Amino acid sequence: MAEKLKLQEVEVWDGNMAFAQAMRQAQIDVVAAYPITPSTPTVHGYAKFLADGYIDGEFVLVESEHAAMSGCVGAAAAGGRVATATSSQGFALMIEVLYQASGMRLPIVLGLVNRALASPLNVNGDHSDMYLGRDAGWIMIDAFNAQESYDLMLMGFKIAEDLNVRLPVMVNQDGFITSHTAQNVKPLQDEVAYKFIGDYKEVNPLLDFGKPVTYGAQTEEDWHFEFKARQHKALMDSKDTIENVFKEFESLTKRKYNLVESYLMEDAQVAIVALGSTVESAVQAAKNLRESEGIKAGVVATRAIRPFPLKEVARALKDVKAIATLDRSAPGGTLGMIYNEISGAMYQSDNRPIINNYIYGLGGRDMTQKDIKEIFRDIKRNADSGKLVTPLQQFSGLRGPKLSFFN
Amino acid sequence: MLEIRWHSRAGQGAVTGAKGLGDVVANTGKEVQAFAFYGSAKRGAAMTAYNRIDDKPIINHEKYMAPDYVLVIDPALVLSADITAHEKENTKYIVTTHMDKKELIKLVPKLEGKEVYTVDCMTISMETIGRAIPNTPMLGALMKVSGMFELDYFKNAMLKVLAKFPQKIIDANMSAITRAYDEVK
Repeated sequence: MAEKLKLQEVEVWDGNMAFAQAMRQAQIDVVAAYPITPSTPTVHGYAKFLADGYIDGEFVLVESEHAAMSGCVGAAAAGGRVATATSSQGFALMIEVLYQASGMRLPIVLGLVNRALASPLNVNGDHSDMYLGRDAGWIMIDAFNAQESYDLMLMGFKIAEDLNVRLPVMVNQDGFITSHTAQNVKPLQDEVAYKFIGDYKEVNPLLDFGKPVTYGAQTEEDWHFEFKARQHKALMDSKDTIENVFKEFESLTKRKYNLVESYLMEDAQVAIVALGSTVESAVQAAKNLRESEGIKAGVVATRAIRPFPLKEVARALKDVKAIATLDRSAPGGTLGMIYNEISGAMYQSDNRPIINNYIYGLGGRDMTQKDIKEIFRDIKRNADSGKLVTPLQQFSGLRGPKLSFFN
Repeated sequence: MLEIRWHSRAGQGAVTGAKGLGDVVANTGKEVQAFAFYGSAKRGAAMTAYNRIDDKPIINHEKYMAPDYVLVIDPALVLSADITAHEKENTKYIVTTHMDKKELIKLVPKLEGKEVYTVDCMTISMETIGRAIPNTPMLGALMKVSGMFELDYFKNAMLKVLAKFPQKIIDANMSAITRAYDEVK
């Protein structure tokens, strides 16, 4: 039997410790991992808990991230609770197997500590890896701080393993800004956390020799399309389960999560839409601007990146006149993902705000209060003018001459 | 909001110091943030670590900081690091050095006219802990200069933070904190 850890009511944990503690409390059967910065302390922390007797399970240190996710696929198909963590290049190497995992409907939980992709080599936080995985058929949820990293990692298991879902879940947090920043975290005690997630429920386990099953069968034009459509439907339908798990968690902890998070939006005329720690920094900037300059600023974020909460996000933005969409990933020759998705959502709504796009924070470039305030002032001008008077796409926090595109 | 920047070399314990301070402060019901710039992450490389302390949840995640306190725990960094970066009018400096304040300011003229305190955390840590880990003595000096906590309360709280170490190390750290508290000028 694994030993229990007595946790304080308030712990000071960084995002990696938050991930590792939640993974410990989930009592995972198999973790297969290949540590990479900045997610290394998640894996290291988990391995230490296991070595110290706090976990009953297997920890498999494999030879690559491709092997790590392959090990997770095997163990999950065998019928166990499975998780791992990675970042950046490691995630890129996992990509092939991510599609296998979701196609086989295996409820693996992946802690993705977001980091830039080379080249040039960079270990710091941006959302390049998160964006790379967004078509892989996984549920993707995003934490904006260490507390949320802990909470969402716990909830990740409950969502993935729900019998109506059975899809892998990726929990994102910002590399270094969240993963290596210690903040107050209120954890659950071990029994309470485990009871919240519940025992693992096996579905078609490979190790049930009395009932042989096949995972990863070949389908060509006869069945492939039906499989993928059904998988998409499961992902779309997972919204209900995600919301139910959020509600159950709220009744346990008083901490409320939503598919779409809205801050200061009751009377907001302008809004920033972003992901990661920038969401909280933008709330701080909005509060200050409301006091100092009377700008009615608000912030909206998609807690669930996949399934994309299209209607919910349009509802959150139904009264604003201008929106800045902030993407922390090099868009590779187009507008940022958030720009495209928010524009798509608003095109289907009655409100047609002016929307522009900012690329920022690549490779860990600091997103300062000053930068965020400038963005709010920019879109205030768009709102006041009733048309786009700023460039459609700009780079915030970039040194050298100002760059703008789609002018 | 109280903001603190540490100047250190990787391996001297600034991150541990910043996190230890965060632990102690969080126990009093305040909200804390502790983080660092790792840079190239080579042992001995100049680095900075940071604390934010507030009564409300800290939601600002920018790395930029105009600090209330600058803690320099390596004696040579006053010469090579930009220790006055983004300073405020009333930023207080606590510098690890064997020199007295006058000698230090003569060597580092940009500290002229600032509120500067000196303490020899290197000698203290060598004589108490037996290694050049100047982080805990610096916390003792910070307690004296800031009046954040009474010495006894702080030492008691640090016992919890240091609990994973052998008793000998804990005792040595306690002596180091007390000496720096008494010796900072």
